[in-house]
Amino acid sequence: MKPRPFDYVRPDTVEEAIALLAEYGDDARILAGGQSLVPMLNLRLIETRVLIDISRVAELDVIGDRGNLIEVGAAVTQNKLMAWPQLKQKLPLVAAALPFVGHFQTRNKGTVCGSVAHADPSSELPLVLAVLGGEVVLRSQQRGTRVLAAEAFQQDMLTTARAADELITAVRFPVIEGKGVAFNEVARRHGDFAIVAIAAVADARGAAQLGVGGLSGRPVVRAIDGDAAAAVAAWAEELEGYEDLHASAALRRDLVKNLAPDVIAEAIEKCAA
Amino acid sequence: MRRVSKDQKTRIALTLNGRKLAAEAEPRMLLSDFLRHGLGLTGTHVGCEHGVCGCCTVLIDGVAQRSCLTLAVQAEGREVRTVESLAGADGKLNALQQAFRNNHALQCGFCTPGILMSFTDFLARNPHPSEAEIREVLSGHLCRCTGYAGIVAAIKEASSPKQVGIMYLTSTQSDRREPFSA
Amino acid sequence: MAGAQKTLRKEDPALLSGRGRYADDLPVPVGTLHAHVIRSPHAHADIVSIDASAALAHDGVWAVLTGDDVRNMSEPFLAAVKTPVTQWSLAVERVRYVGEPVALVVAESRYIAEDAAELVAIAYAPLEAILDPVAACEKSAPLIHPQAETNEVSVRKFCYGDTEAAFAKADRRIAMTTEFPRLSFTPIECYVVVATHNAAENSYDVLANFQGPFSMHPVMARALRVAGPKLRLRIPPDSGGSFGIKLSVFPYVVLMGLAAKITGRPVKWVEDRIEHLVSASSGPNRVTTAEAAVTKDGRILGLRLDQLEDYGAFLRAPMPGPLYRMHGAVTGAYDVANVEVVNRVVLTNKMPSSLIRGFGGPQLYLALERLMQRIAVELKLDPLDVICRNLVPAAKFPYKTAAGALYDSGDYLRAVEIATGGGRLEELKRKRAAARAAGKKYGIGFAVIVEPAMSNMGYLSTVMNAQAREKAGPKNGAVSMARVNIDPLGAVSVTADVTVQGQSHETVLAEIVSRELGLKPDDVEVVLEIDTAKDQWSIAAGTYSSRFASGTAVAAHLAAVQMRDKLKGIAARQLNVLPEDVELAQGKIRSRSNPDNALPFGRVAATSHWSPVMLPESMAPALSETGVWSPQELEPPSHDDRINTSFTYGFVFDMCGVEIDPKTYQVRVDRYVSMHDAGRILNATIAEGQIRGAFAQGVAAALYEEFTYNEEGAFLSGTFADYLVPTVSEIPPVEILHHSSPSPFTPLGAKGLAEGNCMSTPVCIANAIADALGVADVPLPATPRRIHAMLAESGKP
Repeated sequence: MKPRPFDYVRPDTVEEAIALLAEYGDDARILAGGQSLVPMLNLRLIETRVLIDISRVAELDVIGDRGNLIEVGAAVTQNKLMAWPQLKQKLPLVAAALPFVGHFQTRNKGTVCGSVAHADPSSELPLVLAVLGGEVVLRSQQRGTRVLAAEAFQQDMLTTARAADELITAVRFPVIEGKGVAFNEVARRHGDFAIVAIAAVADARGAAQLGVGGLSGRPVVRAIDGDAAAAVAAWAEELEGYEDLHASAALRRDLVKNLAPDVIAEAIEKCAA
Repeated sequence: MRRVSKDQKTRIALTLNGRKLAAEAEPRMLLSDFLRHGLGLTGTHVGCEHGVCGCCTVLIDGVAQRSCLTLAVQAEGREVRTVESLAGADGKLNALQQAFRNNHALQCGFCTPGILMSFTDFLARNPHPSEAEIREVLSGHLCRCTGYAGIVAAIKEASSPKQVGIMYLTSTQSDRREPFSA
Repeated sequence: MAGAQKTLRKEDPALLSGRGRYADDLPVPVGTLHAHVIRSPHAHADIVSIDASAALAHDGVWAVLTGDDVRNMSEPFLAAVKTPVTQWSLAVERVRYVGEPVALVVAESRYIAEDAAELVAIAYAPLEAILDPVAACEKSAPLIHPQAETNEVSVRKFCYGDTEAAFAKADRRIAMTTEFPRLSFTPIECYVVVATHNAAENSYDVLANFQGPFSMHPVMARALRVAGPKLRLRIPPDSGGSFGIKLSVFPYVVLMGLAAKITGRPVKWVEDRIEHLVSASSGPNRVTTAEAAVTKDGRILGLRLDQLEDYGAFLRAPMPGPLYRMHGAVTGAYDVANVEVVNRVVLTNKMPSSLIRGFGGPQLYLALERLMQRIAVELKLDPLDVICRNLVPAAKFPYKTAAGALYDSGDYLRAVEIATGGGRLEELKRKRAAARAAGKKYGIGFAVIVEPAMSNMGYLSTVMNAQAREKAGPKNGAVSMARVNIDPLGAVSVTADVTVQGQSHETVLAEIVSRELGLKPDDVEVVLEIDTAKDQWSIAAGTYSSRFASGTAVAAHLAAVQMRDKLKGIAARQLNVLPEDVELAQGKIRSRSNPDNALPFGRVAATSHWSPVMLPESMAPALSETGVWSPQELEPPSHDDRINTSFTYGFVFDMCGVEIDPKTYQVRVDRYVSMHDAGRILNATIAEGQIRGAFAQGVAAALYEEFTYNEEGAFLSGTFADYLVPTVSEIPPVEILHHSSPSPFTPLGAKGLAEGNCMSTPVCIANAIADALGVADVPLPATPRRIHAMLAESGKP
């Protein structure tokens, strides 16, 4: 179980990284934390001619406070964001979701942007980014900087709008104020990929943005106002869900029906507090 | 910018358990293989090579991570610590190792080096964790022999208040650990 | 031992310091090549062609072996059941399960071998696969081995007592069918083999983390076409867990031996996790229909069991062990005189099954103990009352079971009373009542099991009828061996016929030997690597079937006693006292009546090296004493198929409370109590460690681990992200209790205890789930997906 051969390049700057992407395009892959990519390389599930290691690009290892947006650079690890002193205050939903992302040891290396780039359908950080209405910042030599809404970025299971020559330089989480948040998920074991993941942002009036991962190819978001149980049940049926080794589509739907109203209620309660 | 082509064996220099050394490897060489078969330190074990079992966990610049998900070339210039660094030169076990022995926290011992390295990092950030925090960090490792109870007891012993002042690893200039956050 | 300080193991300092010596850690000769196995992507297919030319042209590649090579160079593996099936170390002409080895690439590194493997072009013609064991028995099913003319390759019916009469006079007949799933306990270290061939002698020298039994050594030597001494098998000092699984490294010992012969170089192979999951070894899945003839107050008059066990694509030696290892104990902890058992062996397109911790126990007790719970439900009786009413009474020990086991000792009822007492059961019932009043789903489960230890090497011959057994020659017994050695300065070392896998044998052997010699455990060095060319071993050697406490530990005790008695004789002459007056204590050998008349242990012990002529007349030098333990109770199967399958029989009673989350469909074990009677406990710390480890694996089998195939035979549990080994977060606490009925059959009184919870815990949790949900069928593992489906069926998800 050893990777196929590849060239290795370790740029020091974003300029160098996007120059490499312009040169290699689809033949290259970005290595940041490697917690999803390296297993796939070891298993020979993917092939790449060039691996571009951005983990030492200092300008990407930055958490930037832009007022109403928090920008997390592509080399920032999940544990670094978790340890950011203002996280709970500015990004409480991210703070609630991060402990569910893998394990301490994988969060030490795995990056926030890497999770978003990998685009697993039940992954926590893409879900949170979607619920918060966040953005993904992409850069390439040809197009310069592109900023995509989370919804436009993640298109389907493991599929995103990133062009072959683009580098995700950062993701931006909106700072929300005066609202309550809650997060929950069901996984077979602690730290596993979720069967379903549920995130909610609610206002004082009781209106909520509800996000669900694990019912379709990408996280989905809907405004819920009023009878949460009925609205969630109808929505879950509409989304159908999908089947894999650990869950039937019906189980996924029922998990969302059972848990999402509680997550919404918790978010409303936190808003009041 | 560092560039290595796929067939090229390149010299990879790093600091391993306090000693500067180097060996050759091609870019796809996993750090776990490099440590074991390139540098001859076999205390770091390989159990799954896809990042789940945790027995290959080592410290890179103080941070616990899976060496099977790290390329050797990524550790270039870094400070790597493995289980071989924990005991004294005279073989005396450190407080964490001794606590494992005191609590029958290992049987076959294959997963143990990774667990020791995870908690070497974690306890340095958070010397007195709650049991829930210990379990959370330990859940990044698989052990098939013990049922985990002895491991939890050992880590509790190693992080009890009477162990104040025992640092599991002195921090270094290249320490890249983040402070602990629950 | 309660409250006593934990033992500090001898093994630990090295293992905690990264100084263990596992197979992949040991140095290999310069020039060693590395192998990679190409495996079948098909569950069932003919191999049309293999073109290795591109791979052979790849830089650094030395050889590509295929089925043709193994057919030309080796013999098929011997099996325990005679069928016209041949099996080799690589697939020949046809593949029969996903993951089956098809070709071996040998290259200068593992990386290169894997690159070259992608260049080997193999054409397959897929065949219809059969996965379901029941369907595989049907006449229309595709045949796994057409020359066998059936997939049901062994059927035997056993009758003890008068079961027909018992069923005729019973108030009720209660039956149920259970299915035990496929799983493994996946040691964290996978298989490792380093093989060398010496062309000058045509001999093989192989290092492998094989676990035994060494009855497989002649199987390997025969496959390699050499006499036993020409296959020198070395077992490394450390092994990263086994749990039965590392028996099945044996085909790779042969395969790497052949690769070494072909290349003329040492060949090393380290199995990776993906290979391990898809094809190393699985416990067998079993479908059991159990039926009891009962009185209306729940007394069992007779029992019928139909056990259909699925061994996958090949029946490898020593299979069908799990069906027969428990045979004498097929009535479990119950006093039942009338029993009929039908044992059926079926082959399917799955990875072959073999040894696994529990070895037949989990399958048997799932059927038996689910049936006991069902009897209570159907008769509206308390399940614990039904259990207690049928337990073997204490007065009947030693107790001969209907099928021939000789249970050495026990007081089952007392053990149950202790465990349920102390308010434990009342608390569970209180919790259940409160939970149910709040609309929650809470259930209580029980399980009682008899835990056999140290297998009778003749048990497997029960698979043949008496006539065939007679023709084949007698098979019975189990030999254990250990050696105590004295060095020139009187230092003591011990070797023994066990393979190290984490069971702390070094620690316990040092305790046993030092006690007899008046030394401290730290004074005794224990060296447990095995070298078949030089060490003492028998076919029973190895670490499996919990044979240590009632086998090798006894052999070490005997060796130490022999050495002690010789040293007494030597010392008597030097101290000018009678041998009866000599004692060994506190590192000295001294006169019992005048302790000041003493010599240091080392001085006396070294006499045989420096001054053998001075030894008492007719005494052979006391340099090395071998203890051999071969208990007479392990008789061959009787003419009427009764067999004492094991030497000692422990007892386990488990009780648990579970709650099922109505929103997430997850089963939470709220409280678990496990009572063990393993006779005299050799070391309380080590015993607790074994029980906790087995318990975790029992929980895993009940709720998490399963090898899943789809209908076409594709393997769906191929990574540790799909095959779910529980982490610390998934293992509930367990309260461990002991009650001791020492075995009268061994000088140490100790029984094996390392497998009990693998047998009891899955069914105990299943019984609690049945109680919580009020259902008869509880499929294992009881995953959220299955719990959800069960609730959906009953209309209330």
